Amino acid sequence: MLRWIVITILSIGIIGVSVWGYKEHQEKNAILIQAENSYQRSFHDLTYNLDLLHDKIGSTLAMNTRKQLSPQLAEIWRLTSMAHSNVGQLPLTLLPFNKTEEFLSQMGDFSYRTAVRDLDQEPLTEDELSTLESLYGMAGDIEQELRKVQNMVLNENLRWMDVQLALVNNDQQADNTIIDGFQTVEKSVEEYAEGELNTNLVGTSNKQGAYELLGEETITEQEAEETMRSILGINQGTTLDVTTSGDGAKVPLFSGSFKEQDRTGYIDLTQQGGYPMSFMIQRDISEAKVSLNDAMKTAEEYLENSLFSSDFALVESNQYDHVGVFQFVPKEDDVWIYPDAIQIKVALDTNEVIGLVAKDYLENYHERTIPEVTISEAEAEEAVNPNLTVEDHHLAIVEDDLGGEVLAYVFLGTLNDDTYKIFIDADNGDEVKVDKLKQAEMKY
Amino acid sequence: MKNKVILGSLLFLFFAYITADLTEREVSGFSDQVIQHGATGDDVIELQARLQHLGFYNGKIDGVFGWGTYWALRNFQYEFGMEIDGLAGQTTKQKLEQASEFDKAYVHEQIQKGANFTHYGEGDNSGQSNNQETEDLEPTAVNVPQGFSQNDIQIMANAVYGEARGEPYEGQVAVAAVILNRVESASFPNTVSGVIFEPRAFTAVADGQIWLTPNESAKRAVLDAINGWDPTGDALYYFNPDTATSGWIWTRPQIKRIGKHIFCM
Repeated sequence: MLRWIVITILSIGIIGVSVWGYKEHQEKNAILIQAENSYQRSFHDLTYNLDLLHDKIGSTLAMNTRKQLSPQLAEIWRLTSMAHSNVGQLPLTLLPFNKTEEFLSQMGDFSYRTAVRDLDQEPLTEDELSTLESLYGMAGDIEQELRKVQNMVLNENLRWMDVQLALVNNDQQADNTIIDGFQTVEKSVEEYAEGELNTNLVGTSNKQGAYELLGEETITEQEAEETMRSILGINQGTTLDVTTSGDGAKVPLFSGSFKEQDRTGYIDLTQQGGYPMSFMIQRDISEAKVSLNDAMKTAEEYLENSLFSSDFALVESNQYDHVGVFQFVPKEDDVWIYPDAIQIKVALDTNEVIGLVAKDYLENYHERTIPEVTISEAEAEEAVNPNLTVEDHHLAIVEDDLGGEVLAYVFLGTLNDDTYKIFIDADNGDEVKVDKLKQAEMKY
Repeated sequence: MKNKVILGSLLFLFFAYITADLTEREVSGFSDQVIQHGATGDDVIELQARLQHLGFYNGKIDGVFGWGTYWALRNFQYEFGMEIDGLAGQTTKQKLEQASEFDKAYVHEQIQKGANFTHYGEGDNSGQSNNQETEDLEPTAVNVPQGFSQNDIQIMANAVYGEARGEPYEGQVAVAAVILNRVESASFPNTVSGVIFEPRAFTAVADGQIWLTPNESAKRAVLDAINGWDPTGDALYYFNPDTATSGWIWTRPQIKRIGKHIFCM
């Protein structure tokens, strides 16, 4: 009797567990299929967009009327950005697929810039046409390779979940067809030597004078450590780990970090010249004892005694809880040099500088000959939207869309409740750019 | 009898003194800091309320010295023939105190009620209690860096906390900086959420650790990264050398090691 009861209970238990297991299994599969479907969708969207992209570039090459050309280029721009976002949704992050993504963003930059240009005034140049042609070639190759992959995926029911698994387990021998396919795509893009694409035309920053300030002379690790200690204000009692940067760094650096009981910090010093690139001291700051204004004065004083140039203007000041963060730009004869910005962080309890970023300054600083203005301030102001109330203005060197530097009048103006910064080219009165300045955000 | 009269008048004087003292303190509510653009706190609430009372400011009284307050203050300085510097220094504050009324209790009460409080002017402030000591109030808004919202910061803090909560503070700033460097880079999606949720990009996203509640440290790290601090030197990738499974990641040119992570291009 007892035996039968036990057997019944156990079998009910077993049946129950298997039903539950089966349900779980089904649910897991449903979720896997859902994930798989979203990958598939992104992938097929990607191939479709690249098909379309290739065709559109082709027809652009054959076009002659300017009226058609601009909308067509805008369409290409839209397609590249969609394709880019499709790529971002595929599990390719650990797969070298950068070149293809770079192609997409170059194509996007190029088409955007030509689309917004007045092609009646400035038609496509020979250089631009040849760039477009090689971009067309690249798009064609990518399209073809992707079609091959797509065909295999469809015929052999390949699953993107397997790609993900293969990438996770890093199985060298498991040759995943999709991964192989994408590697071929990448190779075909790589084959287009850099030279074939006029890099000036396809965007990417063409910054001049990168790190000109640093000079040739390098400092020793010993010297670096001394400088670091004096900047961070730590004595010999605390160990400072100093390392040199690897070959991935844009400029060779000495990096130091320290850890004390209640504070930690790091500092980067350029090996050439020994300039501080950035540093930060982290500790608990529980209350604000000084005003933001006093903190700003501390920051200004700090800049005056630093290695950087003399005269600075404050662009932005913000209080975040109990720290003040300030952005300064150097001034040369009352012209604000926006590209050479420096950020400084001041603790509002002890009023000391606890952080600095001079990366932009070190990267962009060079001897500038500031051109004379050709239009007057009043003329420039006429170029500002008349609905805006102009409150303040100054002259400045700013970067335009293409990364070049222009002299511009900067107008601060208000329209309804918003404040805008309007940059007007001091040479020809063009609107270089308009920034809407952020407002404080309501706490939710 | 006489004594009582004296006592009474003394008491009267005493209370009169106290009340006068209280009112006095209500009027000179400003602390002696110079208030400047970007500041937050109680003084800013008073500044905004006073400027609104005079009709210069018609934005929200939120305790954050933003652009709206800045222009209002400059206009006030212009109208009253002062030096126009957009700073609320001693003279400006004195002028403001003379020209306007400020009822701290009433204003704070309105702010706490969450009333859409944009009309602190004549006639609006009737039936208020005057001699109430009020606590300092937290601003109802916060400064956020240009181009980011509190929610962007929150989602990044989630990712940073999931990825690097055991790391030193600098390592957390570094992870946030990598996210931002990827947004800038041509080979990655162009939005913060696009970068964070890119499949296989971050392990914390894949295993759900991103949905842990981030601590204050992660949020501060994100804010520092957005404000420009990048301990990594423009890195786009990082990995933990002890657990990295991909051989490819080792081929990337390395920049430096912070905590357990190696950062590379």
